Amino acid sequence: MVTAGPVEETPLERKLREAAGSVPDPELPVISLAELGVLRGLRVTGPGRVEVELTPTYTGCPAIEAMSADIERVLHQHGIPEVTVRTVLSPPWTTDAISADGRRKLKEFGIAPPRTTGPATNGPVAVDLAIRCPHCGSTRTTLLSRFSSTACKALHRCESCLEPFDHFKELS
Amino acid sequence: MSPLPASAALALGDDALVLSHRLGEWAGYAPVLEEELALANISLDLLGQARILLSLVGDEDELAYLREERAFRNLQLVEQPRGDFAHTIARQLYFSSYQRLLYEELARGDDALAELASKAVKEVAYHRDHAEHWTLRLGDGTAESHQRMQQGLNALWRYTDEVFEPIEGLSVDWPTLRERWTEQIAHVLQQATLTMPSGPQGDAWTAGGGRQGVHTEPFGRMLAEMQHLHRSHPGAAW
Repeated sequence: MVTAGPVEETPLERKLREAAGSVPDPELPVISLAELGVLRGLRVTGPGRVEVELTPTYTGCPAIEAMSADIERVLHQHGIPEVTVRTVLSPPWTTDAISADGRRKLKEFGIAPPRTTGPATNGPVAVDLAIRCPHCGSTRTTLLSRFSSTACKALHRCESCLEPFDHFKELS
Repeated sequence: MSPLPASAALALGDDALVLSHRLGEWAGYAPVLEEELALANISLDLLGQARILLSLVGDEDELAYLREERAFRNLQLVEQPRGDFAHTIARQLYFSSYQRLLYEELARGDDALAELASKAVKEVAYHRDHAEHWTLRLGDGTAESHQRMQQGLNALWRYTDEVFEPIEGLSVDWPTLRERWTEQIAHVLQQATLTMPSGPQGDAWTAGGGRQGVHTEPFGRMLAEMQHLHRSHPGAAW
């Protein structure tokens, strides 16, 4: 399909994009793909035919295949028989793509959200140098390991409440 | 986009694939659970790079599992056995420092490699950080950890000359890259109270022909293990 410049999203595309975006992350089911910021776009390319662009958090992220399968399933349920999910690398995903809601949900789930690295798009700029314990809010925390249960997280321990916790590492 | 340098994608893809396998060998053997996870995560990042790079050349599975030893274009550095933990960290320091500098440079290009490089360079920065911290911890640790770290650095030094051999299809300023690499390694080792290996980087018997398909003896055994399942059960799936 050849288009001149960005095309406005149709109501159908919007509905389907929201459906695809509501798919939970397979590894962190508290957060949706839209909140994680990995859904790059969705286009209806023909009758019953949709193309979705997805970007991986990390190059080797094994969740990308589960994400693609889940998106296909959800769009099939919305009456789209032919779904193509393409993986795009550029521009690279950063943790700044995680929405404010997404950050709040990660914290409630017990994962310290990544600190924002780029300029804030709206609202006051939060200056937060230490990793804050998602359980008790203390900033007295220690890094235990740079890599945790997945490539995108690091393992920390809170020196106040003594609980270990994961931190979603900044990727800028 | 510029045309793709396939020979370069193969060389870099093979580096990532082979090192990924060597790091994966630590599963179940790492000294502590946190390190088991760390090495597995680094391995996974490298496998992700390898999949993308090899897919630029052809079918990723065929390239990984059905090529003979002489068709691989990886550095001899990455195919060496994992050794003890210090040995693995020494290799990680040498390789991740190189890979980070190289990917930073490739990320400035405008081909398919640049897309991958600008994504992967961020991951590689964490790999280097991990290797650097362990080098400091082991070098400036106990007498035994210091000695083992130094041994690992010395043993792998001879494989570091090949690292800067120009790769066909890449326009990289190799002498400058080598200079910056040497500076970075020297800086870390000095802080870690370790000594920069002084012997020749290449050696008469290690021809450094990895990029031409010449490999060391342990590589054949590694490939046998890596390819055995796929070759025994063609087309097997979960």
